[in-house]
Amino acid sequence: MLNLPIYLDYSATTPVDPRVAEKMIPYLVEKFGNPASRSHSFGWVAEAAVEEAREEVARLVNADPKEIVWTSGATESNNLAIKGAANFYSGKGKHLITVKTEHKAVLDTCRELERQGFEVTYLDVQDNGLVDLDVFKAALRPDTILVSVMFVNNEIGVIQPIAEIGEICREKGIIFHVDAAQATGKVAIDLSSLKVDLMSFSAHKTYGPKGIGALYIRRKPRVRLEAQMHGGGHERGFRSGTLPTHQIVGMGEAFRIAREEMAEENKRIGALRDRLLKGVSDIEHVYVNGDLNHRVPHNLNVSFAYVEGESMLMAIKDLAVSSGSACTSASLEPSYVLRALGRDDELAHSSIRFTIGRFNTEEEIDFAIKLLHEKIGKLRELSPLWEMVQEGVDLNTVQWAAH
Amino acid sequence: MAASVYFDHNATTPVDPVVLEAMLPWLSEQFGNASSRHEYGRAARKAIDEARSRVAAAVGAHVTEIVFTGSGSEANNLFIKGVTSFLKPGSLAVSAIEHPCVIKPAEQLVRRGWKLHKFPVDANGQVDALAFREVLSLAPKLVSVMLANNETGVLQNVSELATTAQAPGTFFHTDGVQALGKIAVDFRSLNASGVHALSVSAHKIGGPKGIGALVLDKRAEIEPLTAGGGHERGLRSGTENVAAIVGFGVASELAVQRLADSNRHFAEMRNRLEEGLVSLGARLFGAETERLPNTSYFSLPNLDGETLVAYLDRDGFAVASGAACSSANPEPSHVLRAMGVEAEVARGAVRVSLGAGNTMAQIDDFLVSLRSTVFKLQRLTAMAV
Repeated sequence: MLNLPIYLDYSATTPVDPRVAEKMIPYLVEKFGNPASRSHSFGWVAEAAVEEAREEVARLVNADPKEIVWTSGATESNNLAIKGAANFYSGKGKHLITVKTEHKAVLDTCRELERQGFEVTYLDVQDNGLVDLDVFKAALRPDTILVSVMFVNNEIGVIQPIAEIGEICREKGIIFHVDAAQATGKVAIDLSSLKVDLMSFSAHKTYGPKGIGALYIRRKPRVRLEAQMHGGGHERGFRSGTLPTHQIVGMGEAFRIAREEMAEENKRIGALRDRLLKGVSDIEHVYVNGDLNHRVPHNLNVSFAYVEGESMLMAIKDLAVSSGSACTSASLEPSYVLRALGRDDELAHSSIRFTIGRFNTEEEIDFAIKLLHEKIGKLRELSPLWEMVQEGVDLNTVQWAAH
Repeated sequence: MAASVYFDHNATTPVDPVVLEAMLPWLSEQFGNASSRHEYGRAARKAIDEARSRVAAAVGAHVTEIVFTGSGSEANNLFIKGVTSFLKPGSLAVSAIEHPCVIKPAEQLVRRGWKLHKFPVDANGQVDALAFREVLSLAPKLVSVMLANNETGVLQNVSELATTAQAPGTFFHTDGVQALGKIAVDFRSLNASGVHALSVSAHKIGGPKGIGALVLDKRAEIEPLTAGGGHERGLRSGTENVAAIVGFGVASELAVQRLADSNRHFAEMRNRLEEGLVSLGARLFGAETERLPNTSYFSLPNLDGETLVAYLDRDGFAVASGAACSSANPEPSHVLRAMGVEAEVARGAVRVSLGAGNTMAQIDDFLVSLRSTVFKLQRLTAMAV
C-alpha cells in the first residue's frame, strides 16, 4: 500500500537517513559534552566527533578539513561568504556579480550589500536556465571583487558551468563563491580542481538534519572573511557559538553516505525521473523548465499550460510537491526563477517541481503519473481557456475586457 | 579513567529523556520543511508554533516576541548588531563581566564609530551602582547586562538597572542564557522595567544544542544578521531546525515546572559542597551575594585550576576551569579580574555547576577525591619548593 501523500519534494528538505539519526542520538544523551570544554573528557569526546565529521564533509568535496567552518545552514553560509568577503575586500572594489535565479539567501544578501554601497550585477540566464559565459565575461569590471553563482538551481535543477566561471575568476583575482546546497550528493564536487574560493553546504538537503551547514573557505590561495557572528571565538574566529555536536555528527554521516552511495543512487533516481518525464510527456501542452542535459537527475520541473496553479496543487494533494521554491511558496508571486527563463506568468504559475530522492519507488512514480493524467484532464475540462484552445483560438489574440 | 560524574552544567547539559522523546519524530518520519505547503510542511509548521508557545510561556512573553536563532550567541549578536544598525553611532555600555558573545559584538561596533564603555562590578561580581549611574550620564543608546553570570553564577538586579537606565532612545538588553531554568525569568516584568530584549538558549536547560531565541519587544526595530527566505518574520532567515525547536519548547516547559524542586536540591548539594571546600581552605567567588543555586566557583590556595581539573577528570569528575567558551584561552578569567581577584588566584579558579542528574553521594565522592588531589598537588608543590 502506498503511503500518501507521496513525498516528491526532496529539494525542499530530505528525511534524515535512519543511519544518520542513529549516529546522532548518542550525542544528545550520553555524549552530550560541549566541544569547547577543554577540561574534561565529555568535552574531548564531543570535540573528536566534531573533527571526524569535519573530515567527512571535507572528503565529499575533496577539501582539507581545515577549510570547513560549521554554520547553522546554507543560508548562514551564504551570508557569511558574501558579506564576509565583500566587507573584507571592499578596499579593492565594490562590484559584485550574481545571477537572477540564485536562492533568496544570496539575492537578499546582495540587496543588503547594495544598501551598504556595493554595486551588484544580476545576470540574466538563457532560456534553459544556464548562465551564458559571454554574458558573464561582459559583466566583469576592474572593480569586481566577488562572484556568486549557485552550483545547482533549487527550482529547476540545472547545473551551472562552475568550472568555467571559476577559471575566469581566478585569472582575474576575483573571489568566487558557490552555493552548493542543492549539489552535494547529486553532482561530484572536486575542490582540488575547481577554482572555487567559498562554497556553501547544507545538511538537510542531503539526508542530514536541519540546522547545520558548512562553509568551505579556501586556504591556498588563502581567502579572508570578516566574521558575522562574534563571541567565544569558535571555528577559528569565523563563527562563534556552541557547536551543536549531534547535528554536526549527523552532517558528517550524511555526507559520508553521499560520498559512498551517490554514484549508484543517482542512477536509480535518474531512472525514476526519466520514468516520470516519459509518463507526463504524453499530456498535451506540458513544458519542461530548464535544461534537461545539464541537470541533476533528481529534478523535474514542468508547466502544465491552461491549468491554474493553485487548483492544481489542491487536485494533486496526494503528491507532496512544490510549486516553486519552498522558501517562497507562501507568496502567490510567480516563481522568479521561471520568469528569468522567460516563462510567462501563466506558465510560471502552473509549474510543478518534482524532486525525487532516496526513498522513492517506481510504484510511487507510477501513481504520480496516473494521478497527473486524471487531474490535469479534469481541471482542463473545467477551464474555459482550454475550451478556447481546443476550438483553435489563439489566446494571444484575444482582447480581454477589463472588469 | 574518563570522567563519569558531570559537574559542568553551565557549559552544557545532557538532553532530558522527555525532550529527546519529543524530538525523535522530527528526526525521522516528520521531516517536512516548515515552509512547504503540503502535509509534511504543515505538520512541521504546527510543531514550531506549539514550541514557540511553550518557550513564550516559559519566559513570560507573547508568542510573537520569540525569534528562534541558532544559539544564544546568535541571539546576543542579533540584538546588539541589529538594533544599533538603525541608529546613528553613539555610546554603548556593557558590564565588564558579560559573556564574550556580548563583549565581542560590542567591540565590533567600535569599528563603526561607536564608543564602548565597559562598566565595572564590585568584589561580589555585581554591577557597581555608582559606576552604572556614571555610564548612564553618557546617554548610551544600548545597555547590556546579563541576568546571571556563567562563571560565578552571580545575579544582577536587571529590573532595577533597566529602570534606572530608562530613557528615550536607550535600548536595554539582557543575556538570560544562564538564568533560564535556574531562576524565574519573566520577560513581561523585565519589559515593564525597560528591558527590550532577552537572549536564551536550549542546551543549558536540558534541550539540544543549535537552538536559542531572542525575546524581543516588537517596538525595537532590528536589522537581521542573516538575509534570505524571510523566516522568523524576516528577522532570521534559514530553514527552521524543527527537531531542535520542538526540543527547546519541551525543555523550557520542563525547566520552569521543575524550578522549585531543582533549586531546593541544588541548594542542599551546594551547601554540602561548599562546606567541604571551605574546610580545604578554598576561596569562594561571589558567595557573599545572590547566585544561581547550582553554581560554585572557587580556588584553592597555590593550586593551578587547569592542573586541578585535569586530576579531577582522571578521578571521574568533569568540572570547568573557566567558562567553556573561553577554556581555549589561558588568560585568567575576565570575570574574576573584573571582581578585583588577583591574577594568581584567578588562575586557580574551578567551577562546579550542578544539574538535574547530580546526587548528594556524588558531592561526597567529589570532596573525597578533591581532598586527596589537593594533598597530592600540595605535596608536589612543596617538593618543588
